[in-house]
Amino acid sequence: MRPPPVVRRFIIAIPFAAALLIAARLNSGPIRSGADATHPGFALQDQTAQAGIHFVHHRATFDPKIAGIEPHVAGVGASVTVADVDGDGNPDLYFTDSRFGFPNALYHNKGDGTFEEVGAGAGVADLNKAGEGVSMGAVWGDIDNDGREDLLVYRYGYLSLFRNVDGRHFVDITEKAGLHRWINSNSAIWLDYDRDGLLDLYVTAYFRDVDLWHLNTTRIMHNSFEYADNGGKNLLFHNLGNGKFEDVTDRMGVGSTRWTLAAASADFDGDGWPDIYLANDYGPEELYLNDHGRGFKLTTAGLEAESKSGMSVALGDAFNRGKLDAFVTNISERGYIFQNNNLRLNEMVGSRKFRNVAEGQIADAGWAWGAQFGDFNNDGANELFVANGFISADRDKSYWYAMSKIAGANGALFEDAATWPAFGNASLSGYERSRVYLNRGVAGWVDVAAKVGANDLYDGRAVALADLSNRGAVDVIVANQNQPAVLYRDLPDSTNHWIGVHLVGTRSNRSAIGAEVLLEASGLEQRRVVDGGSGFASQNDRRLHFGLGTREWVDRLVISWPSGEKQIVTRPPIDRIVTITEPARLTP
Amino acid sequence: MTDATNTASIAASRPGVLARSWQRSRAIDPRYLIAGLITLVLLVAQFRYHMVGGYERLLLSLAVCTATEAVLSWFDRGKVVNLQSAYISGISLTLLTKPQGAALWPFVIGGFLAISSKYVIKYRENHLFNPTNFAISALLLLAPDKVSVLSHQFGNDLITNLVIWFFGLIIATRVGVVHVTLSYLASFLLLTGVRAAALGQPLLPEIAPITGPMYQLFLFFMITDPRTIVRGKKKQIVVTVIIAIVDSLIRLMSDMGVPLPTAFNAAPPLLALWIVGPIAKYFDLRYGNRPLAPRPATAGTPA
Repeated sequence: MRPPPVVRRFIIAIPFAAALLIAARLNSGPIRSGADATHPGFALQDQTAQAGIHFVHHRATFDPKIAGIEPHVAGVGASVTVADVDGDGNPDLYFTDSRFGFPNALYHNKGDGTFEEVGAGAGVADLNKAGEGVSMGAVWGDIDNDGREDLLVYRYGYLSLFRNVDGRHFVDITEKAGLHRWINSNSAIWLDYDRDGLLDLYVTAYFRDVDLWHLNTTRIMHNSFEYADNGGKNLLFHNLGNGKFEDVTDRMGVGSTRWTLAAASADFDGDGWPDIYLANDYGPEELYLNDHGRGFKLTTAGLEAESKSGMSVALGDAFNRGKLDAFVTNISERGYIFQNNNLRLNEMVGSRKFRNVAEGQIADAGWAWGAQFGDFNNDGANELFVANGFISADRDKSYWYAMSKIAGANGALFEDAATWPAFGNASLSGYERSRVYLNRGVAGWVDVAAKVGANDLYDGRAVALADLSNRGAVDVIVANQNQPAVLYRDLPDSTNHWIGVHLVGTRSNRSAIGAEVLLEASGLEQRRVVDGGSGFASQNDRRLHFGLGTREWVDRLVISWPSGEKQIVTRPPIDRIVTITEPARLTP
Repeated sequence: MTDATNTASIAASRPGVLARSWQRSRAIDPRYLIAGLITLVLLVAQFRYHMVGGYERLLLSLAVCTATEAVLSWFDRGKVVNLQSAYISGISLTLLTKPQGAALWPFVIGGFLAISSKYVIKYRENHLFNPTNFAISALLLLAPDKVSVLSHQFGNDLITNLVIWFFGLIIATRVGVVHVTLSYLASFLLLTGVRAAALGQPLLPEIAPITGPMYQLFLFFMITDPRTIVRGKKKQIVVTVIIAIVDSLIRLMSDMGVPLPTAFNAAPPLLALWIVGPIAKYFDLRYGNRPLAPRPATAGTPA
């Protein structure tokens, strides 16, 4: 016998009400805690002022015709890169500014925990000039294999290439090198795509090649929020070895016109040739596989299925599988959009795919920008540092509602900057804190930023990691947009061991950019690559840092040099930085 | 009269291909047309723009919606009803719900809420909320930190928009609800123009949202839901205009920075229908004098 209608309705109402309550409960987080974050094993201490770093970024100003959305267009440009400029064994820092008349800064590491600004004397400061553009970032690499790191500065404007003369002075060789090209770029990387021992240059473009100070049209924006392809054209320059570079973009097939914000290079498919991974704004990520230096092939690898707002791409071995995985940041804003960050596991050897496994806290960091993998507690597993926040202005005014309107429009409408609602003094995902994700393996990643001391609310852009004092710790340098830079000293509180690996190329490029090291130590297997530029507008210390946990020795280091050479180093000393030079000739 | 003239004359006297197709379509249950339309939207959305975000979301939504419908209808009415309504709800929910990370629970809870709301919140054996509208609005209001509404926009592509509008209007006409769609469209445009003028804002960005898929799903599958719409063409138009007014008021408050739950800023039309729809339906059932539509109606199927 069926119960009467009122009773039936009441019975159904019980699970109905329960579902509503569960939804509200799940809003505040998972019902079961994902991981124990009470003992992260390290602290990050803001020592910016103590270190003598007083760099403040200033955003660009552009043609008044796009004044309505200038905060958006000028929302990038704060970058930081690491290089041992003078070869003294201490990593130095280079910051870019983005306003006419404001200098970039080269901070020389004095080796005692402090820095001094030497940019002007070195000749790499005065780079933000009318007619030439404003700096968006820089990348270091020894282009002539003379043992000194040279500098490329990319701008919304002309590229500038500087040869490092003596570790203290630079000369502008842009014209002579054939690189005097206007490109509105937010990223560049060095890689030796043809394995000839010379670093080649890949420069990505964001806006197409318009002069943002003298616009003939306001139709300069993207033509889709998901599949825009009207950005500037990325360029690949082949290093000819005589101080000149040749544009081989079309021949090599890497001239993407998506709105690329970041690039990184490594041998993802294990064929011995460096590939290129792109994080594109307003579109899907792209992977260009290197066909033995003869050209690149754009492959899907599972990346085409998710069109997001790629801001940054960091490479690291997320779960100690001996593979270089990719972490790509995106945009999330409560209630409006959850694009979710991507942690893409490299399964190229096998399924020819990258598999996105980001879930939980790691998927949503806010409006995320630069990110980097680093083992902050030396336990043998990578953590992730993620900078966040786009525009911090009036706390009580948000542009998100206006953004939701324009994002729903037809592309022909918002391609015109003049049709966007004016920003005024509104914030857009402003005052967001950084995230520091502790790697707990299968238990997931858990944000410990507040616990370890990364508490700033600046609009983070570039993140670079370096062992600034050669003490076995991964310090964090963050360039903030229109705000002061921050140096977080990593203070591991454990007695874990570590090893730093400094590679010197001989047949490969001297910087060893693109070299990969697979560390094997008592069951631990972890891969790292020497950084030719990664994250967002950043470049890490060229020396590779491995945490070892309580392991007291390293079984071996397997080094894959860009030349194709494989080298095995057994039982290297630990708790120090070891220098390994590439064998002069091929081993049998 | 020449042969050619004769042929032309005969051809003119016969119904054209379109007309014949239209006649034939009258024999088709409108619910199949609506199910076909949302399937078309799904296919375009997924195969051209990868909007689903994972087939597990689709499978889960459809499974929860259809299973809930089957179980609750059997429990409440003693028989399993046609599951097309649940099918449409499942697809709508999949397209509109965008969760944080890889969370799947919004599709489970959302699917259950959508269907069960029909059996819990009802008056005189008629449910008051459009099922998907209820579920999405509830999730946005209760879990804004974990759930957002559709952010993909069909690639911001004009052709795709036109295709969906074209088929949507044809099917809405065939189902007999095109006056609702057009009334909302006209009201939205008029009210948006007034709001933009009053606030001194450019018009085009204000009109822009109507071209997005959230409004398309709203216009073709929610506001036209025959089971929750009021009875009578004039009343339907009046209620539609009221919903458009509430939508505009929400937008006006958002423009003016009035603090509202994020759900209102992110999905004004969904919240406007969520507020106005059940009230209108209640008054229609309470005070209306027309007989109720038969349950297995030939009219369309709610999303």
